[in-house]
Amino acid sequence: MTLRARIVVRRPAFRLDLDLTVGRGEVVTLLGPNGAGKTTALRALAGLIPLTEGSIELDGVRIEREPAERRPVGVVFQDYLLFPHLSALDNVAFGPRCQGRSKAEARARARELLDRMGLAEFSSVRPRRLSGGQAQRVALARALAVEPRLLLLDEPLAALDAHTRLEIRSELRRRLTAFDGATVLVTHDPLDAMVLADRLVVVEDGAVVQEGAPGEIARRPRTDYVARLVGLNLFRGEGDGDRVTVGGLAFAAEERVSGPAFVAFPPRAVALYRTRPDGSPRNLWEGRIDGVERHGDHIRVHVDGPVPVAADVTPAAVAELDLTPGRRIWVSVKAAETHAYPA
Amino acid sequence: MAFLVLPLAGLLIRAPWSTLPQRLAEPQVIEALRLSLVTASVATVVCLVLGVPLAWLLARTDFPGRRLLRALVTVPLVLPPVVGGVALLLVFGRRGLVGQWLESAFGFSLPFTTAGVVVAEAFVAMPFLVIAVEGALRAADPRYEEAAATLGASRFTVFRRVTLPLVAPGVLAGAVLCWARALGEFGATITFAGNFPGRTQTMPLAVYLALETEPEAAIVLSLVLLAVSVVILAGLRDRWVGAAA
Amino acid sequence: MLKRLSLIAAVASVFALGACGSSPADSGAARASAAPATSASAPAESELTVFAAASLTGTFTELGKQFEAAHPGSKVTFNFGSSATLAQQITQGAPADVFAAASPATMKTVADAGLAGAQTVFVRNKLEIAVPPDNPGKVENLKDLTDPKVKVALCAEQVPCGAAAIKALDAAGLKVTPVTLEQDVKATLTKVQLGEVDAALVYQTDVIASAGKVTGIPFPEADRAINDYPIAPLAKAPSPALAQQFVELVLSQQGRDVLTKAGFEAP
Repeated sequence: MTLRARIVVRRPAFRLDLDLTVGRGEVVTLLGPNGAGKTTALRALAGLIPLTEGSIELDGVRIEREPAERRPVGVVFQDYLLFPHLSALDNVAFGPRCQGRSKAEARARARELLDRMGLAEFSSVRPRRLSGGQAQRVALARALAVEPRLLLLDEPLAALDAHTRLEIRSELRRRLTAFDGATVLVTHDPLDAMVLADRLVVVEDGAVVQEGAPGEIARRPRTDYVARLVGLNLFRGEGDGDRVTVGGLAFAAEERVSGPAFVAFPPRAVALYRTRPDGSPRNLWEGRIDGVERHGDHIRVHVDGPVPVAADVTPAAVAELDLTPGRRIWVSVKAAETHAYPA
Repeated sequence: MAFLVLPLAGLLIRAPWSTLPQRLAEPQVIEALRLSLVTASVATVVCLVLGVPLAWLLARTDFPGRRLLRALVTVPLVLPPVVGGVALLLVFGRRGLVGQWLESAFGFSLPFTTAGVVVAEAFVAMPFLVIAVEGALRAADPRYEEAAATLGASRFTVFRRVTLPLVAPGVLAGAVLCWARALGEFGATITFAGNFPGRTQTMPLAVYLALETEPEAAIVLSLVLLAVSVVILAGLRDRWVGAAA
Repeated sequence: MLKRLSLIAAVASVFALGACGSSPADSGAARASAAPATSASAPAESELTVFAAASLTGTFTELGKQFEAAHPGSKVTFNFGSSATLAQQITQGAPADVFAAASPATMKTVADAGLAGAQTVFVRNKLEIAVPPDNPGKVENLKDLTDPKVKVALCAEQVPCGAAAIKALDAAGLKVTPVTLEQDVKATLTKVQLGEVDAALVYQTDVIASAGKVTGIPFPEADRAINDYPIAPLAKAPSPALAQQFVELVLSQQGRDVLTKAGFEAP
């Protein structure tokens, strides 16, 4: 392991306490809602705020007592914080200069990094004349120029518009893969998290609530926050083999599970009927429409009942079924798309 | 606006234009003007050296007594300059707390010297610089300093290479205010440094004494001081604007 | 300890100096607001404004009180300052009733503008050498001031005490290089009180007024540079009758007693 940290930061009305391990070359993404403590964790790793307790070990060396300027850590800040009075080249050369290299050496290194980022022709440009994507690459080059063992990125894509974001995201993924130290990235955007992370750590209220590979977390969320992020209906109930009982309803699922268990299914696995459907499909109940909203090219219907669920239907179905709030409706969920796993 | 301009217009209207050239050529006038410009500039440098770190302390650090220190910084603004001059005498005078020691150790005494003029001007002008720079520091985003720290910059490097350039406009504004205040300084200077032509008689002192006997000469001297300072300030301004573009 | 006390006293005196110089505009305002309070009897005068040289601060304040006591309902306002400054304020139209100057030259400025009434020299003032009580420069006579090791403060030649000093030194045939030429006699005296200079030439009244904080050394050449103090009611006095009465008080035996007690000499 390259990074092994226990980060505890206590403030009035806030407490952050999380364990974090990151392997060599691994990208770990801290995902969580605003105010969860992700950025605080990052700042603690960088040495910008002190730990209340805990430790930070990087390549076997304890660094939690070192000041920020002596930690082998590179940081890409949210909105980058490129020095406005320095050219792109001097921004990147800043770190090597501080490490005691000569001006010529530092600039040579900076030029090489900018070159690698495809920014050779922008080296003499001041930050305010750079586009968002260019600025982000300069910020990354600046952080990498100090040859850090730990790279920290705080919402690296948040400052970009939706269009450039797509492009920059995959490019950033490539560059992070090329970096051989440990990387910790903070985001509140699930898509960024999924694309950029080797491993996701979900943080809520200052604590880790779920941890694992992005695909695993997308399939099996363990909190409402994660379920909402990945667009799943999630309930907690009691499993007894092939069924999970939630709020008096028995859900049939793909997996067998016993004891406390989660049930998760996507909104598109939910079907709505005006009258009780024929036959006896499993996972069927009656509810009342709570709200209807447009969601991309389909309609999301929120149905209240023994358990509140979201269902995705086509606009045509809305007209046909007369899905207006307050109407009673029958709900069924496909067992084949329902996953159950231990809580 | 009229409030600012009318007194100036009064000076211009009453100026004895016909005798102006010969009055300007008087060696005493040239001497006082030269002394004023030199002392105000040196005082500004002194204020920069002492004031910028002080402003940084006030804006960026937290220590017991910081509020008190900030209040103290403004004391020279509130104090009648004459009293400021007396206060300086009590400290740096021949029998003052520090002055006594200076005199016995080095045989050096500040009052009635050109260095004394600089001290008096710096004392009175310092708050203008400190307040301007502190304001600029507070307005500057401290996250840039954090970014610099993560890049391995020591506190001093951060200050020199990031903080100072970021607040440069504020520092310049403060220096200009400081210089202008030092140039017009009268009360503390005459009290602490006395009045002797060529050594401690700056323009404002010359103006005041001229006023006793020859009000017209006083007007001429005031206009000279005014014209020179306006020309210098305008010149500097053009230069900064040129450098920034 | 004593030295410390005298320093504090010197600072206090500087504060007092700053406070006593009420501007003519202020006294004008006071007049306007107090005017309706005058008794019903025709054009009764109640407000008197006196512009007087700074060296008269103590004596005239006392005389003002005596005047108010003798003329119930009257109010005397003083504007003390450098005679030259006062003269200029008067020629610029300041509403003054009486002008008492420290030199005939400054009175002349007012008279030339046609603003002075009958002038009378009411006192004379003489220079003395003022030294700190411990006399660090070991000054005994005027000649000692020429020693380059002795730090001397003089008044600037533009103000009456400076002009008198030059006259006295010329009469003695001495050349003194002062470290400073102060803007008025009180500032010169302050430098001695603070011990910043070893000696200064000031009026003997100032030495007496300093109440022991400086020591005065009379010198014979002072008789060659005596300063006459003229007083005059002003031509455009808002209260001409009171102005005349105040001048009479200053010239009376009662007035002379107050002035000689303070070290002024009779003309």
